[in-house]
Amino acid sequence: MTKGQAISLQKNDGGSLTAVRMGLGWQAAPRRGLFGSRTREVDLDASAVLFADKQPVDVVFFRHLVSDDGSVRHTGDNLVGGVGQGGDDEAILVDLARIPVHIDQIVFTVNSFTGQTFQEVQNAFCRLVDETNGQELARYTLAGGGQYTAQIMAKVHRSGSGWTMTALGNPANGRTFQDLMPSILPLL
Amino acid sequence: MTAELVRGQNHPLSQVRLEIRVSAGTPIVAAAALSDENGRIHGVEWVAHPGAPTQPGLEVSRQAAADHRLAVDLDAVPEAVHRVSVLLALPSGGPGPVRFGAVAAPFVAVTGLDGAEVASYTITGLDAESAVVALELYRRQGAWKVRAIGQGYAGGLAELLTDQGLPQAQQLARSINDAVAQGLARSVQAPPPRTADGDRSRQAAAPALGPDQGGTAPQPGTAPQPGPVPAMSPYGGQTSGGQGQPPEYPGAGSDPSAVTQPSAPTAGGPIDYSHPRRRNAAPPPPPPTAPPAAPGQPAQPVAGDATGWSMEERLYNQVWGMFEDLARTTAAYRSAVDFAESRMDKELEQVLSDPRSRIGGQGDAAREAARARHAQLVDQAREALDRDLAQLKAEADVVEPALPPAYARWDSPVWHGYRVPMEIPMALRLGDLHLPEADRIRIPMLVRLPLERGLWIDSGRTESSEGLFTDSHALGRLAMETAVAHAARLLAAYPAGEFTVHVIDPAGSGAQPLAPLVQTGVLAAPPALGAAGVTDVLTRLTQRVDLVQMAVRGGAADSLPPGFDTSQQLLIVNDFPHGFDDRAVNQLRYLADEGPAFGVHLMMVADREESSGYGPLLDPLWRSLLRLTPVPDDHLADPWVGHAWTYEPSLVPPGSQVLQQVLTQVAAARTKYS
Repeated sequence: MTKGQAISLQKNDGGSLTAVRMGLGWQAAPRRGLFGSRTREVDLDASAVLFADKQPVDVVFFRHLVSDDGSVRHTGDNLVGGVGQGGDDEAILVDLARIPVHIDQIVFTVNSFTGQTFQEVQNAFCRLVDETNGQELARYTLAGGGQYTAQIMAKVHRSGSGWTMTALGNPANGRTFQDLMPSILPLL
Repeated sequence: MTAELVRGQNHPLSQVRLEIRVSAGTPIVAAAALSDENGRIHGVEWVAHPGAPTQPGLEVSRQAAADHRLAVDLDAVPEAVHRVSVLLALPSGGPGPVRFGAVAAPFVAVTGLDGAEVASYTITGLDAESAVVALELYRRQGAWKVRAIGQGYAGGLAELLTDQGLPQAQQLARSINDAVAQGLARSVQAPPPRTADGDRSRQAAAPALGPDQGGTAPQPGTAPQPGPVPAMSPYGGQTSGGQGQPPEYPGAGSDPSAVTQPSAPTAGGPIDYSHPRRRNAAPPPPPPTAPPAAPGQPAQPVAGDATGWSMEERLYNQVWGMFEDLARTTAAYRSAVDFAESRMDKELEQVLSDPRSRIGGQGDAAREAARARHAQLVDQAREALDRDLAQLKAEADVVEPALPPAYARWDSPVWHGYRVPMEIPMALRLGDLHLPEADRIRIPMLVRLPLERGLWIDSGRTESSEGLFTDSHALGRLAMETAVAHAARLLAAYPAGEFTVHVIDPAGSGAQPLAPLVQTGVLAAPPALGAAGVTDVLTRLTQRVDLVQMAVRGGAADSLPPGFDTSQQLLIVNDFPHGFDDRAVNQLRYLADEGPAFGVHLMMVADREESSGYGPLLDPLWRSLLRLTPVPDDHLADPWVGHAWTYEPSLVPPGSQVLQQVLTQVAAARTKYS
C-alpha cells in the first residue's frame, strides 16, 4: 500500500466489510540510570474524526472513547507504549455497518502527546486492519519518520454502498487532533 | 506466559515435544497433517486422523470429541517435513451441526508436556466452513514456530486436503468420515454439558456486546428482519431472583450444539430433555448466548445474553446494554437528521442569494433538489433506526418476561409467585425509560441496591403534568401512591427484617395512599403525625446515624448495643416542609448527607415550591436526591449521550391486589423470623 492509494473495503465475493481497526504501537522509552522514573515517557495517541460533508461531527480520542452513536470505539489511552514487539498499544474499532448515515468520512490520526518527534520514538507504527479477518490494509512505520509529531494516517470514506480506504500518511505537527484540523480539511 | 495469537500471528516454540489442546463446544474431528516447504502433503501417510491416529511424530484421537489432545514430537517428524498443520472438522452425516458458524468458536492451545500453555488461538469468524486449518507449526531457520491460521473450507476435509496438494484427498476425507462415524456409533452419549469454568471455548462475538451491536463480529449490511420471537424465553420459569435451580437446557442429549448453545431454539428439531442427573449442578450456569444468526440476519435475542456470574447479573447487564444501545442508536439518528436539516437550510439560503435562481424555474428546481436531499438522508437515517429498534424491541420482548420480581413491572406475573428473598438483589426497578423516537421500547430503570441516593417523588407541577390534573391535591395523592409503590418494592426486595420503613405524614394527608403499608403492618410504627411526630422520628434516625458513624469510624462496629437493629432504614416524608421547624430541617439535611453511607435513606414526597421560603438553603438537599415523578416526565439523562429520557414510575395496575399480597408476605416472613 502506498501513499494516496485507495482500496475498496468490499470483499471479493461482493459482501461489504463491516469492521476495521486502527492500531497504534510504539516502544516505551528505555529506562536510564538510577533514576528510572525521570525517563521521559512517550505518549502517542490515536484519534478518529468523523465528518459529514466535510464538517467534523464527532471525534473519538482519549477523552471521548466512544462516538455518541457507539459505532467507533477507542480501547483506551495508553500513556507509555508497549514492549515494541508489534502489538497494538492503542486501538480504535470502527463498526462500519453502524456508522450514522450522514457520516461520510472518517480520518485517523496519530499525535505525540508528550511532544517527542517520531524520530525519537522507537518501533512506532500505525496500521489499519480489517477486523473481520485480521488482514492489514495499511501500515506505516512512524519511527524514524522525521521531525514530525503527528501523522494524518488514512481516511475511510463511503463509496457507493460500501466503504473505501485511502492511505494518506501525511506528516504534520500537533499535540492533539484539534491541532491537525487545518491540515486534515484539505485532504477530505 | 501464554501468547494469545490472532489470525496470522506467529510465536516461537522452545520445545519440540508438545501437546495441542482443542476445545470446541461440540464434538469435532481433529487431525494433523505434515507438509513440505511448499505446503504440500505428500501422501496419506503424512496425515494423522481418527482412522490412522498415529504417524511419525504425531498422535491424534480416534473419535470426534469436544476436547482433544494431540501429541506432537517435532524431532520425530521426517526431515522433509516443514510444516505440521492442525486440522479440525465437523463430523459429516451425523445429527450435529454442519457449519462452524453454528457452534462456539473453537479454541486451540499449544502446551508443553507439563501442561503450560505456550500459545493459544480462538478461531473466530467462521461461518459456512465445516473444516478448518487451525494452526501450523513450521520450521524457520532451524527452529520451530507456531502460527495461527484459521483458514476454513466450506467443502469440508476433502476441499481442505485438496488445497494442501494431497492427491488422494477425496478418498482420505471419506475414510476419515467413516472412521469417525464408527467412533460415534461406539460412543454411548454425547459429552456432558461442561461447566462455565471448564469451558475454554468462546463465542465468536464478544459476550458484552448486544446481539445488535455487532462489535467485532461481521455484520451484514442488509436490513435485518428479526425472526419470530419466542413468546417466553427459556428462562421464563426461572425468575425467582436468580437463586433457584440452574435452568434446564433442552436438547443436551441429542443435539450436541445445544450444549454450549443452550438457548438455540430448535426450530422443528427433536425435543429431548436431558436427564437431570447427568447435569453438572456446579458453578454459574453458562450464559445463554444468542443463537448464531442466519446469514443476512442479526442474531435472535435471548434473555440473559450478557456477562455476569448469575442470571440476575446477566439480566442487569443486558438491560443496561439495551439502555446504552438505544441511547446510541437514537443519537446516530438525531445527529443525521440535524445534519440533514442544517444542510438543507444552507442550500436553500444559497438558492435565495443566487441571482440566477430568480430566472425561470431554476430556483424552484434547486429548492426542490435541496428538499429531496434532505428527505433522502432522513429516510436513510430512519431506516437504520427502524432496523435497530426492531432488534431492541425483539430483545425487550424476551427480556421483560424473564426479569425477576425486583426488576419486573408490577403487572408482571412473577409478582404473583413472589417469595420473600434470602438475599438482597443487585438492583431494583424504579420505573421505565423511553425516548420519543422509540415509544414502544421501555427500558427498565434499574438502580443498584443499597440505594446510593435518596429519592424525591416530585409532587409539584411539571410541564408534562400540566393539564392532566386540575388540582394539586390529586397530583399530591398520586405522588404518595408512587412513593408507596417504591417503598413496597424496596420492602419486598430485602430479606425478612432487613429493611425498615418509617413515615412522617405531619398533616395526615397521605393516610389513604399509605393504607397498604399501614394495614399489612410492615411499617416500623404508624405514620408520625404533627410537629411532635416529626421531631421524634428525625431525632431517633439522626441518633442512629451518629451512633453507627461513631462505631464505624472508631473501628468498633461490633460494639453497637445488643439488639441494635442493623437493617436499612427508609424515611418517607410527606408534605415537606409542613410540620418542620428549623431544627427538623437541619436534621433532615443531615440525614440526606450522611444517611446513605450508614443505611438511612430518604424518600421525600414534596413540591419544591412549598419549601421555597427556605431559599437556597435547601438546594443541596434537592440536588442530593434522585428526582422521580408520579407522571411521565422527561427529566432523566442517560450517562452516555445525555438524551432526555421520559421516566414513568412503576405503578400498581388499578384494581390489582398484588401490592397487598406482597406486603402481607413480607409482614408474615418478618414475624416468622423475629
